[in-house]
Amino acid sequence: MIQYILRRLLQVIPVFLGTTLLVYFMVFALPGDPIRALFGDRPPSEAVIAALRRQYNLDQPFWVQYGLFLKNLFTFNLGVDFTGQPIAATLGRIFPVTAMLAVEALAIQAVFGVAFGLIAGLRKGKLFDSTVLVASLVVIAVPTFVLGFVLQLVVGVQLGWAKPTVGANADWGTLILPATVLGLVSFAYVLRLTRASVIENMNADYVRTATAKGLSRPRVVLAHILRNSMIPVVTYLGANLGGLMGGAIVTEGIFNVPGVGQKLYQAVIRSEGPTVVAIVSVLVLVFVAANLLVDLLYAWLDPRIRYEK
Amino acid sequence: MTTSNVTIDEAGSEERPLLEIRDLAISFQTANGEFQAVKNAHLTIMPGETVAIVGESGSGKSTTALAAIGLLPANGRVSGGQILLDGEDISHAPERRMIELRGNTIGMVPQDPMSNLNPVWKIGYQVRETLRANGKPNAPADVARVLGEAGLPDSARRAKQYPHEFSGGMRQRALIAIGLSCQPRLLIADEPTSALDVTVQRQILDHLDTMTTELGTAVLLITHDLGLAAERADKVVVMYRGNVVEAGPSLELLRNPQHPYTQRLVASAPSLASRRIQAAKAEGIQTEELLAPTEAVEEKALPDDVLKVEGLTKVFKLRSGVGKAADFTAVDNVSFNVKRGTTTAIVGESGSGKSTVAQMVLNLLAPTSGRIVFDGVDTSTLNSREIFKFRRRVQPIFQDPYGSLDPMYNIFRTIEEPLRTHKIGDKASREKKVRELLDQVALPQSTMQRYPNELSGGQRQRVAIARALALDPEVIICDEAVSALDVLVQAQVLNLLAELQSNLGLTYLFITHDLAVVRQIADHVCVMQKGKLVETGSTDDVFDAPQQDYTKALLNAIPGASLMLPPAVA
Repeated sequence: MIQYILRRLLQVIPVFLGTTLLVYFMVFALPGDPIRALFGDRPPSEAVIAALRRQYNLDQPFWVQYGLFLKNLFTFNLGVDFTGQPIAATLGRIFPVTAMLAVEALAIQAVFGVAFGLIAGLRKGKLFDSTVLVASLVVIAVPTFVLGFVLQLVVGVQLGWAKPTVGANADWGTLILPATVLGLVSFAYVLRLTRASVIENMNADYVRTATAKGLSRPRVVLAHILRNSMIPVVTYLGANLGGLMGGAIVTEGIFNVPGVGQKLYQAVIRSEGPTVVAIVSVLVLVFVAANLLVDLLYAWLDPRIRYEK
Repeated sequence: MTTSNVTIDEAGSEERPLLEIRDLAISFQTANGEFQAVKNAHLTIMPGETVAIVGESGSGKSTTALAAIGLLPANGRVSGGQILLDGEDISHAPERRMIELRGNTIGMVPQDPMSNLNPVWKIGYQVRETLRANGKPNAPADVARVLGEAGLPDSARRAKQYPHEFSGGMRQRALIAIGLSCQPRLLIADEPTSALDVTVQRQILDHLDTMTTELGTAVLLITHDLGLAAERADKVVVMYRGNVVEAGPSLELLRNPQHPYTQRLVASAPSLASRRIQAAKAEGIQTEELLAPTEAVEEKALPDDVLKVEGLTKVFKLRSGVGKAADFTAVDNVSFNVKRGTTTAIVGESGSGKSTVAQMVLNLLAPTSGRIVFDGVDTSTLNSREIFKFRRRVQPIFQDPYGSLDPMYNIFRTIEEPLRTHKIGDKASREKKVRELLDQVALPQSTMQRYPNELSGGQRQRVAIARALALDPEVIICDEAVSALDVLVQAQVLNLLAELQSNLGLTYLFITHDLAVVRQIADHVCVMQKGKLVETGSTDDVFDAPQQDYTKALLNAIPGASLMLPPAVA
């Protein structure tokens, strides 16, 4: 088991190098001059531009730039972005916010998705099931920005139940609206996945045997139907955590959440190579960790799966 | 409360029946409307008595038993009649009452040990929750005791393992432990051993007998095997298409079946048929009529060996632990010859390597050492073109007629495919050939446009046979070709195979675990155990005078061994 985890962690190295190289190259290949773009209509003197270029190593060829980036990375010096802010500080500010948002969204979709999916599955073909299925289809079909603006307007502005925008001081309470919007879309998938899995499992022979043993209905449902049905759901949720951490550009934009999505978007627009790659590097680590976690959870949920090597 | 009748056939018995089913009707709600699965079922079980329900799949035997423990599928309901448990009608009892009864009054041992234990919980946990739900002491020691009583060795340690770490027989023991853990008064055993090897089957049934006798548990045994039912039960109830057609004390019913269906069942149950041949031989009666007509071919010239297997060995590399590879010898120095136009059976339990031999003979798997000589040519020397030609001459029929037909192909396309692959004839002649093949396997030509899911198991296996015959092969390898079929269908398919053999001069290599089937179809038998060929000889020799202990054990394990049956057949 420990060997397996070690092997998985070693795999991070090539994945990390590959993704950063790719992202660095893509930012490098973006058209336009990032330094000139900073100044808009009133360009400074060529000397200033040349100095700035030297400062950000933009006058060097691609491989040198990438090498310098790696060197800085391994000496824990991420440098400063084009506005002079240290990148490390930026990361320290945006990631906790997005992590909170992601965890809150994940919790919403897991709790409600599994609960509704379980009940719908057990009552397959009944009114509850049909209602939930149609409703989830609507949620899937409506684009995030529509859902976001509608919730912001109705719940945030008209009803005043939650803060319509988040702003600088994000906490669990102020993030509830964007987390709901973010969670709703995957909630529908979690619900459908749980429902399908429950329907498959509730007709399994061992469920009938469990009933024949004299177990009460709640025990049969929890220990023999739900537990077995969680295996695909957990896989999906884990993979989704990575996606949520990548920041939801649209949702963060609507609710003015100072998180990863917003920052990444700005950095890409400004062709700020170092910032983009720094954010992506952290994301790569998050993805790898989330996937490893899913695989370990998987083995815990299903004892037939054992990682030997 | 209803007072139930004293049963008629048990004269003098004043005891009240433990379970009495009266005029039971069960219907299922399907997309095509209401379907009557059980129309008129009645049976009586006295305390401590064993009663067997016999019938083919779809006869309503399992449905009847499930109704008695309140486990009908969601779309099924009791539409008439009564199920009296100790005088109380439980046919419409509320779920709360059924939960009280299940486990400690009515226990169940289900059919398939592979799918009836929850794969994600330890065995001990699954026993423990049964004890706890029924208010019995459930400490680890109690769990170990319950498992130990069901014949599970080293049960305290075994309780900590998961189902996938158990063999099929071990799992069935665990399920028996669960079924009997709360000392129920009635145990419903639904085909408790049909998924197991014959020798294991015998051990399990013996153990079940001992335990239920000790506990005084009444048993409702559901089975498709009349021989097994007669051997294990005091009374047999025969069900056919939802009706109880005959019931009575086991031996009486076997010796003197009244209903035509029972008569057919008695005549074709393989376990009984093979016994009957034994009995007839003992009395010196000609057995030609009883045996499948395979001997007619002996007239033919060329009794040469179409297939020779010499020193065949297959070693698999198994991964065990970190980086270590252990060798597993699946087939160990096996040699035998198959004469043209005859049937050779390879018999053995699961894990004996018999299917591996079949795969190597089919050239689907390369042997580690040894030779397979087909018609004088070593098959390992063939190049890919020659293998292609070889495949025309050697065709397989597999066990699972559900899995071996492509559900997206209609029957015409299924049977035509080998012809097309081997570029034989044009479209018109291929269609003609398919029609001929369907005639040969006694399927209507209209079957061509249908799909596998519209056919019954027996019909699908006929399609598989037609497909195998399409290329006019010389040798057909039947890998458990009739194991998945009901007894009557099995008898029909075996007859068809025998008929085709005498008409077309086919050679069969028959892989099976069922000695009873071997008795009916084979000329020669090879008995395999753990990869080795332990005994070989003509079917008569092997059955009449088995040399090896293992062969004797296999023969004794055929259900109905202890029954004395009349040699003559109706």
